[in-house]
Amino acid sequence: MIPELGQFALILALCLAVVQTIFPFIGAARGIPNWMAVARPAATGQLVFMSLAYGCLTYAFVNNDFSVSYVANHSNSELPLIYRYVSVWGGHEGSLLLWAVMLSLWTFAVAIFSRSLPTAMVARVIAVMGFVSVGFLLFMLFTSNPFDRVFPAPIDGRDLNPLLQDPGLVVHPPMLYMGYVGFSVAFSFAIAALLGGKLDSAWARWSRPWTLVAWLFLTLGITLGSWWAYYELGWGGWWFWDPVENASFMPWLIGTALIHSLAVTEKRGAFKNWTVLLAILAFSLSLLGTFLVRSGVLTSVHAFATDPARGVFILAFLGVVIGFSLFLYAWRAPSVGKGGHFGLLSRETLLLLNNILLLVACAAVLLGTLYPLFIDALGMGKMSVGPPYFGLVFFWIMAPLLFLLGIGPLTRWKSEQMKTLFIRLRYIFLASIALGLCLAVVMIISFPDAIYNGLLGKDVDLTAFWDKVTTALVVFSGLAVAVWIILSSVQNVREKLSHKKGWAGLRSLQRSFYGMTVAHIGVAVFVIGAILSNAFSIEKDVLMKPHEPLEVMGHRFIFEGTQSLNGPNYDAEQGVVRVLKNGEKVTVLYPEKRVYRAQQQMPMTEADIDWGFTRDIYVALGDPRGDEGAWSVRVYYKPFIRWIWLGGLLMALGGLLAATDKRYRRTRVRPAAKPVVGVAVSSAA
Amino acid sequence: MITITKTHKKRLGTVFLIVFGIGVSVALLLVAAGIFTSIFVTPTQVMAGEVPKDRQLRLGGVVTKGSVQHASDSLLITFDVTDCDHTISVQYEGILPDLFREGQGILAEGRLQEDGTFLAETVLAKHDENYVPAELADTLEDNACFESGHEKI
Repeated sequence: MIPELGQFALILALCLAVVQTIFPFIGAARGIPNWMAVARPAATGQLVFMSLAYGCLTYAFVNNDFSVSYVANHSNSELPLIYRYVSVWGGHEGSLLLWAVMLSLWTFAVAIFSRSLPTAMVARVIAVMGFVSVGFLLFMLFTSNPFDRVFPAPIDGRDLNPLLQDPGLVVHPPMLYMGYVGFSVAFSFAIAALLGGKLDSAWARWSRPWTLVAWLFLTLGITLGSWWAYYELGWGGWWFWDPVENASFMPWLIGTALIHSLAVTEKRGAFKNWTVLLAILAFSLSLLGTFLVRSGVLTSVHAFATDPARGVFILAFLGVVIGFSLFLYAWRAPSVGKGGHFGLLSRETLLLLNNILLLVACAAVLLGTLYPLFIDALGMGKMSVGPPYFGLVFFWIMAPLLFLLGIGPLTRWKSEQMKTLFIRLRYIFLASIALGLCLAVVMIISFPDAIYNGLLGKDVDLTAFWDKVTTALVVFSGLAVAVWIILSSVQNVREKLSHKKGWAGLRSLQRSFYGMTVAHIGVAVFVIGAILSNAFSIEKDVLMKPHEPLEVMGHRFIFEGTQSLNGPNYDAEQGVVRVLKNGEKVTVLYPEKRVYRAQQQMPMTEADIDWGFTRDIYVALGDPRGDEGAWSVRVYYKPFIRWIWLGGLLMALGGLLAATDKRYRRTRVRPAAKPVVGVAVSSAA
Repeated sequence: MITITKTHKKRLGTVFLIVFGIGVSVALLLVAAGIFTSIFVTPTQVMAGEVPKDRQLRLGGVVTKGSVQHASDSLLITFDVTDCDHTISVQYEGILPDLFREGQGILAEGRLQEDGTFLAETVLAKHDENYVPAELADTLEDNACFESGHEKI
């Protein structure tokens, strides 16, 4: 009964989405206030029905209703309660439902926080979001219904994939989807502006906080995903250039370009057409990502069961959305206004370079992801593009981007003198080179056993000497550029404080300025973490006999054997590894090998990590060898790896600071001063 | 009448530079993508000599039952990979993925040795019941000998 209620709620949500698309759209085109006023209540109604559908699916999971096929495939009566709540998004159908719920949440948020916007604009924005919702609800109802029943109902479910039975599943997908779907707001604002023909800095000011919030969620989602993969997959890697990771990384790159070009549009009125195009691209890539993951054309850790019908549907939807937006763009964009002029050396130019480099980076990822598909489609054989390609390409794209990052924020709008810029930055530049060199030398001396091919990938056939030289150069340039970013950010704050000192000066700076500074320092922190952990990790896969010590980086690892352990729904062999340094205890690690009772065929490696600010010690069990209790064990020593995720968190924090800047909040309060619009809408509703 | 002013020339120059830059980057990316790919091959292709030596390869097939041998004092492992028609011996030193098992489909990434055996740097197995590397799924579908029994991949 409850699942049918959920199904019914989905259908009603679809009907409302159709209403939400058609009436406000026509209303805005013809200037009919009553039709435009449908937008907000329709958005609210959609959220209500989507939440109801979501609640029904959760109910089916919590109560082990295995007559629902999706529940039977992704849950089990032994599954702990918390995972029954979150396994709602542990598979294809449910994650689509989550996608659609997020979309209705964002739409509702737009409906609430847009009281100060012109009614026609709001109507158009909500109509576009309604259209996206229609697409996804149709997709769900026709090809991937989470409420489908099976008859006869199985006695027990097939259980949630053990890899997903982890706290990571609680936070990673919702954050990521909030980001993905959040770009639909920027997209809808762009389409609405094209339709209305009014593309000004007010438009940029409206879409900026929304884009920032979506971007910060995507940043958090990707960061959490990377951290989860690191400890859960048991290989100790933090990024695999897996197609699905790429699918989330591409919208992030374009989203990053978008928040920068929005800054130009808001402050200087320039780059309007470009910004609109980026907004369209960011959301199109979110959709493309969904297509790549859900259609099964690419296989990866994340790919669920494949079904050609799904692929065709999403591809068609993708074609409609992208085709329509680009057509509209080509038709309307040139007429919506030109930008202001700026000199060859100015902040505008540097932000343009930022955009171009990010776009090229995105193109490189897209190429690497789709290349095997093209080759296969052309009948030229099957192949895969590996991390070495991405590593090399990213180094050459990111190096100039990061260098310019240190200059951009200190450059004046409109026009800047090369000479003054040089005088302001020369000492910082020299200091970065010197400090980068010192740090690189210290690292290379203290890690004589490191795996030097980490930065180049394994299939670059160079002699060890050249590997070391390249690594040293990459490490030096990475550290120097990170120091450069940090020092120039500090210099920027100092210059801003030159006329107003101390606490009062710090308070007088805008919150969005702090946001930018924190996010840029986050980039530097990330670069340090990525470079150092990739270049200096020590990875030992060894055969460990009980009580036989192993030395890694001055640490003594002693394997004490294994013990049996019973979890709530799994049985495990738990290894005990004591870690000593200079004869003193550092920690005891308990890596596990689990077998989930409902899925005997799928053992799971659970690594144990002693984490630290400057290094992680990572131990994972392989398999038992011989009769004497020996095991194959992965013992990894990873310097500065936490900095990768710390950097991601700082970037997200920067986004939060910028999104909550005073000037965006002021626009929200405005209806109190101009109540006319609000009254008209609510009375019409 | 269209007159080309200095500004126009400047603009044309910029446009030309941008187009040229994009062209060069795409070309470089294509070259990079071409170099850093690994080609998927089956044991039959290896036996037929269709496979380039000294290149990163992905060998796909099923682990022959009873062929897995562990060394007693190191992590060296040898096993056979077959596509029903032909079999290749694979050497690997390290820890195998959780779902590596005899009779299962796997991908071994590495290089072909002079003696005709395959030296793997990485071994990929499927991640769960639903996940099989794409290249592998097609190969296995073409070979009837794996469709019987419980090992339906």
